[in-house]
Amino acid sequence: MKKLLEKLVASIFTVSGLLTSIVILLIVGFLFSEGAGLFRNRIIDPGYVLAVNKSNPVRELSPEQIKAIFDSDLVDWAEVGGDSGPIVPFRLEDADRYFSEAQLGPNYEHAGRLIAELIERTPGIVAFVPGQMLPPDAEIAFIEDRTISFSEIFAGKEWFPTATPSPLFGIVPLVTGTLWVSFFAILFAFPFGIGVSVYLSEIASERTRQLLRPVIELLNGIPSVVYGFFGLVVIVPLLQRVFGLPVGESGLAGSIVLAIMALPTIIAVAEDAMHNCPRAMREASLALGATQWQTIYRVVIPYSISGIASGVVLGIGRAVGETMAVLMVTGNAAVIPTSILEPLRTIPATIAAELGEAPAGGAHYESLFLLGIVLFFITLAINLGVEAISSKSRS
Amino acid sequence: MEKILIRDVNFWYGDFHALKNVSLGIEEREVVAFIGPSGCGKSTLLRLLNRMNDLIPATRLTGEILLDGRDIYDRQEDVDRLRKEVGMVFQRPNPFPKSIFDNVAYGLRVNGIRDKEFIAHRVEETLRGAALWDEVKDKLKASAFALSGGQQQRLCIARAMAVAPSVLLMDEPASALDPISTAKIEELIRELRREVTIVIVTHNMQQAARVSDRTAFFYMGEMVEYGLTKLIFTDPLKEATQNYITGRFG
Ligand SMILES: Nc1ncnc2c1ncn2[C@@H]1O[C@H](COP(=O)(O)OP(=O)(O)OP(=O)(O)O)[C@@H](O)[C@H]1O
Ligand SMILES: [Mg+2]
Repeated sequence: MKKLLEKLVASIFTVSGLLTSIVILLIVGFLFSEGAGLFRNRIIDPGYVLAVNKSNPVRELSPEQIKAIFDSDLVDWAEVGGDSGPIVPFRLEDADRYFSEAQLGPNYEHAGRLIAELIERTPGIVAFVPGQMLPPDAEIAFIEDRTISFSEIFAGKEWFPTATPSPLFGIVPLVTGTLWVSFFAILFAFPFGIGVSVYLSEIASERTRQLLRPVIELLNGIPSVVYGFFGLVVIVPLLQRVFGLPVGESGLAGSIVLAIMALPTIIAVAEDAMHNCPRAMREASLALGATQWQTIYRVVIPYSISGIASGVVLGIGRAVGETMAVLMVTGNAAVIPTSILEPLRTIPATIAAELGEAPAGGAHYESLFLLGIVLFFITLAINLGVEAISSKSRS
Repeated sequence: MEKILIRDVNFWYGDFHALKNVSLGIEEREVVAFIGPSGCGKSTLLRLLNRMNDLIPATRLTGEILLDGRDIYDRQEDVDRLRKEVGMVFQRPNPFPKSIFDNVAYGLRVNGIRDKEFIAHRVEETLRGAALWDEVKDKLKASAFALSGGQQQRLCIARAMAVAPSVLLMDEPASALDPISTAKIEELIRELRREVTIVIVTHNMQQAARVSDRTAFFYMGEMVEYGLTKLIFTDPLKEATQNYITGRFG
C-alpha cells in the first residue's frame, strides 16, 4: 500500500516535471521559429517592385542604400556602382506631381502605363510601385529582390523596421545600447552594492542588520515603472542641468535607474554570501593580528567571491532584461551611441515599444522575436562568463 | 615573573556566569594544559588570553589578565598587536582558501611586511618548524584545502608561528585528527615549547600528561586544581580531579 502511494507520488512528480520542461522548450522553440522567419523576408516590401530605366546598369541595392536613396541622402548613381547621374526616386504618391488628374484617369487606371513610360524616359529614375500595376510589356528593368541577409541584421547599423520601400533591421544600435546601459549600470551598482553588503554583514550591529535587510528586500518588490517614474522626474532633469544636455533622457539616466534597481539584488545576495563566511575564517585572521578591515578584504571577500559574483550576475540579469524603467528614461533613439550622455535604446525597450504596432506575422514582428533571441543569448553569455570566473576563483 | 598571570577572573555571557574567580600563573616556556568536562569554561578562559571573546556581544569580565606584567584589558592595549604576540590554533583546522604559501605568509603581510625575500624565508622556516616543509615544498602554490586534515592543522600551527608569537593558545588542536596526525602535533608541541609558552585545552588525559608541564582542572566555571602535571595525574589533592582523571565522571 505504502509502496503504491510512493510510486504514485513519484510518477506525479515525473509527469509534472516532464510537462513543465516540455512547455519551456516549446516556448523557446516558438521564439526561435518566429525569429528565424525574419530571414525568409525579402528586402523590398511584399507586392512592390523597384523599377529602373533599362539603360541603368545597377540591378542590386542593399536595404540601407534603398533607404538612403528614398531619404534623398544618396543622390548619384555613381555612389551605388552605376554610371554617374542624378538619382530620381519615385513613389506612387509622386504620380500627382508628374501627371494631371485627367491623365491618370478617375480611378488611376492609366497610372501604370504612364509610370512605365516615365521610367522608360528617365534614365536616373528608381520607382517604388506595386508590381501588378506596371504593364507586362513595359521596357523597364528591376532592382533584384532577395531575402534579408544575416549580415544586414547582425552587422546592420540602422534599425528602421517601418521604413519603406525597404525596412532596416540592423540590430547593432540596439545591442550596443543594451550593453552600454548594462555596463554602466553595473559599474555604478557594483561598488555601492559591495559597500552596503560589507557594512551590513561586517560592521552593522545585529539589530541594524535585522532592520535593514527586510527594507532592502522590500526595494526589490517595487515595480519598475515606479523606478522609471522616479528616474523621469528626478534623474533626467538633474542630468540635463548638471551636464547641460539638450535632453536629459540618455543612456546615463538609464544606467543610474538600472543601478538603483539592481542594488537590492546585489546587496541581498552578496551580503548573504559574506555573512556565510565561517566564523572560523574570521577568527583565524583576527587571531593573527589582522585588523577588521584586513580580515574583510583579505578573507571574507575572497571567501565569498562566488556568492558576490552571483549577486552581480543576478543584478546584471535584471539590468539587461529590464524594460519599463529604461524605456522611460533613455530617450529611445535607435542610433549607435557615441557617448553615454546621448539618448539610446535597448533591446527590451524596443520590443516593448514596437510589438503593439507590428502586425503579427510580418517582418517587423519577426524581427522583434529575433531581438528576443539575441537578448536571450546575451544573458546566457553573461551568466556563463561569470559562472566560469567564479568557479575559477573558487578552486 | 610569570609570562601570564590570571587574577580573580570572572566572566559572563549575558547572565550566564561562565568563569568564577579563576586565578593562575603560567611561567615562560611552559606548556600548561586545561582539562575538565565539556562546558566547564576551558575555551572561554583560553579565548580571554588573546581577547577573542571581544567579538562576542554582551559579555562582561572582571579581574585582571597580565601578559609580561601588562594588563591586556587595559584601555591602552592594542588588540591587534596583542593577537600577534598571542597566537591561536583552533579545534578544527581552518586554513584560508588560499595557497599554502599565502596561508603562512598571511600573518606577516597583515602586519605590514612587504619584503618578499624575508617572507619566503620566514615561510620556509616556519613550515620546517611545523615539520611540514618536506611534505609541501613542491606544492606551495597549491590550495591549502588540498592537504589532509592533519597537514592542515600543522599548516595552521605554522601560520600562527610565522609572526613569532611568544604565547601559543591551542584549543583541542588534535581532537579532529587521527592518531598518527595527533602524535605529530604532540611532537610539534614538544618542539615549539623551546620558543613559546603554550596553553593547550584538551579532552585527552594522556595527551595532557604527555605534553604538559602543569595542568589546570576546571569544573563548572571554577578552577578546581592547578599544579605540576605529574602530581595532578598521580596524586591529585581534590577528589573531583581524581574522579575526572580516572574517568569516573565527565
Ligand atoms: N558565545 C557564547 N554565548 C553564550 N554562552 C556561551 C558562549 N560560549 C560558551 N558559552 C557557555 O559557556 C560555558 C563554557 O563554555 P566553553 O566553551 O568555555 O566550555 P569548554 O570547557 O571549552 O567546553 P568544551 O570542552 O565542550 O569545548 C558553556 O556552558 C557554554 O554553554
Ligand atoms: Mg571548548
